[in-house]
Amino acid sequence: MSAKIVARSAEKRFQTRAGWMTALRDFDLEVAEGEFLCLVGPSGCGKSTFLRILAGLDHATGGEVRINAGPDPRQPLANVVFQEYAVFPWKTVLHNVAFGLEMRGVGRRERETIAGRWIDKVALTRFVDYYPAQLSGGMKQRVSIARALANDPQVLLMDEPLGALDAQTRAVLQEELLQLWEESRKTVLYVTHSIDEAVFLGDRVVVMTAHPGTVKTVIDVDLPRPRDLTVMATPEFAALTGAVWDALRDEVRRAMAEQA
Amino acid sequence: MTPGSARGAGGAAALAWALPLGVLLATLAAGFALGLWASAWWALLGIGFVCVVLLAQEVESRLALRWRGPFQRGLALGFPLSLLLVWELLAGAGILNPRWFPPPSQIAVALWELTVTFDRFNRSSLIGRPWLVPEVAAEQGWAGVQALVRESHVWATLSRVLGGFLIGALPGVLIGMVMGLNRTVRMMLDATMSAIYVLPKIAIFPILMLVFPNPFGEGPKIAVVAISAFFLVAISTMAGVQGIDKVYLEAGRNFGASRWQMFRHVILPGALPIVFSGLRLALGTALIVIVAVEFVRADRGVGFLIYYYWQVLVTPRMYAALVVVMALGVGLTALLQWVERRVMPWRRN
Ligand SMILES: Nc1ncnc2c1ncn2[C@@H]1O[C@H](COP(=O)(O)OP(=O)(O)OP(=O)(O)O)[C@@H](O)[C@H]1O
Ligand SMILES: [Mg+2]
Repeated sequence: MSAKIVARSAEKRFQTRAGWMTALRDFDLEVAEGEFLCLVGPSGCGKSTFLRILAGLDHATGGEVRINAGPDPRQPLANVVFQEYAVFPWKTVLHNVAFGLEMRGVGRRERETIAGRWIDKVALTRFVDYYPAQLSGGMKQRVSIARALANDPQVLLMDEPLGALDAQTRAVLQEELLQLWEESRKTVLYVTHSIDEAVFLGDRVVVMTAHPGTVKTVIDVDLPRPRDLTVMATPEFAALTGAVWDALRDEVRRAMAEQA
Repeated sequence: MTPGSARGAGGAAALAWALPLGVLLATLAAGFALGLWASAWWALLGIGFVCVVLLAQEVESRLALRWRGPFQRGLALGFPLSLLLVWELLAGAGILNPRWFPPPSQIAVALWELTVTFDRFNRSSLIGRPWLVPEVAAEQGWAGVQALVRESHVWATLSRVLGGFLIGALPGVLIGMVMGLNRTVRMMLDATMSAIYVLPKIAIFPILMLVFPNPFGEGPKIAVVAISAFFLVAISTMAGVQGIDKVYLEAGRNFGASRWQMFRHVILPGALPIVFSGLRLALGTALIVIVAVEFVRADRGVGFLIYYYWQVLVTPRMYAALVVVMALGVGLTALLQWVERRVMPWRRN
């Protein structure tokens, strides 16, 4: 299958008061069309930076980062599910989910029908007219996921979307997310701190080095799909998380030593 | 304290409140008996207040849960009412000088008189005698009704406050938005605005009187209110725009919002809460400023009434005018809150 996301010798440097700071260097990655790729790495290694570049919120300062556009020029390239949800407090669930479509000029009737369908899929039907302040964290993140999916982007970018949630809510949302993904098989780039989550969700897990961030290892996750949470009890799962942790351990130590 | 725990440790709990209350009441009684009222009235007042608080808390803790809400509302209403009652009694007994602190009953009467009478000397009335409207409209038509409106002190103050507030606040929001959005404009204006912001705007009233062709007309009065409102609103609007969480701006950009869409869907609603807190401040300031202006330079308006009845020493009417200012403040604030709830439905719990 063709590559949907390509990064070649990508570099990102930030100008800070103390001088230039390199966040990404020699970053090479290809993500196939329809692949669910998980990105793990120590804090501050540049995961969010890479994702922001893909989202068009920032630019690489060297090398190449691109998303290969699909045949339909009207289909948006990439939408983000932010860690802090970033659902607009001043919009109802319905208008939040319809936001991307509204920005693209889709008519009211049509966008509200589409948004309604996604709200049903994330089980928020009862809450269409609620404002985010009336929702729990898990529900807000469902809104955020529905907002990105309703816009039907070619690539879905998720930056620790479940990081702020409690363990149970998180587990439920992981399963829901996989179900949604099975229906569309969109290309997904998923940043997480949880090794379990990365192995459970991903087709591959990319482990990054401590800063400046490069790709350290890529681990193929050959667990059968569709998956549910029972897969986490299998020895294969344990072996995979062990492998990811082996690659990650030294990097986390290095990152911590640098910060100290 | 829950009823359960009260039952469990009845004796100790009763002591916990009864003992201090007893001591306080004894002190109070001793104070009165020794004739300390004149020299230490403030201390006795404080002790009395603490006694009332202790008693109220004790009563509340003994009430069933569903009676507590009404009880608290009763306190909120009962306290000011009993203050008025105490005032009435103290003034009646001559402990408060009724010349300067006329009893509330006299103030109420004065308010009623002000409302229903027409001041022939000044050709004015408090609210413009609306009961005459049908008659006057039949005899003199629209012009007659306008004359009635013009004789009203409340209308004079209200039109200056509302007019000045709107004339100042709308450009204030606009400039504030621009300052929040554009760094260059902000750099250029911020220092100047902050400097003028701290200047008490009433201080430029004399200049405004020179600027307008009719220094004694409505122009300078409305302008000084407008200027006061403008700076407050502009500065808080700017703060509101700058205070918007970056993540909302990024979400907007990521979903492809154009500049206008960004403004309409992200920046405007994101800044609104702070804009409204600026508007609330501006409204309060507008009232202060207009009353001050009416003190010095007006023959209509509630501020004029206060000052006039102070000069002629008709204090009940002066207090009545104060009550009207309070009512205006409460009414205008309620109006603004109503608008706020309309404009920001997501802030309604
Ligand atoms: N705008 C910026 N200006 C300067 N430095 C930045 C900026 N954004 C990120 N950085 C730096 O770049 C490095 C990578 O940041 P990034 O947010 O991508 O890390 P991350 O891998 O997402 O970390 P985490 O797991 O904690 O979210 C960090 O050292 C960070 O301090
Ligand atoms: Mg990050």
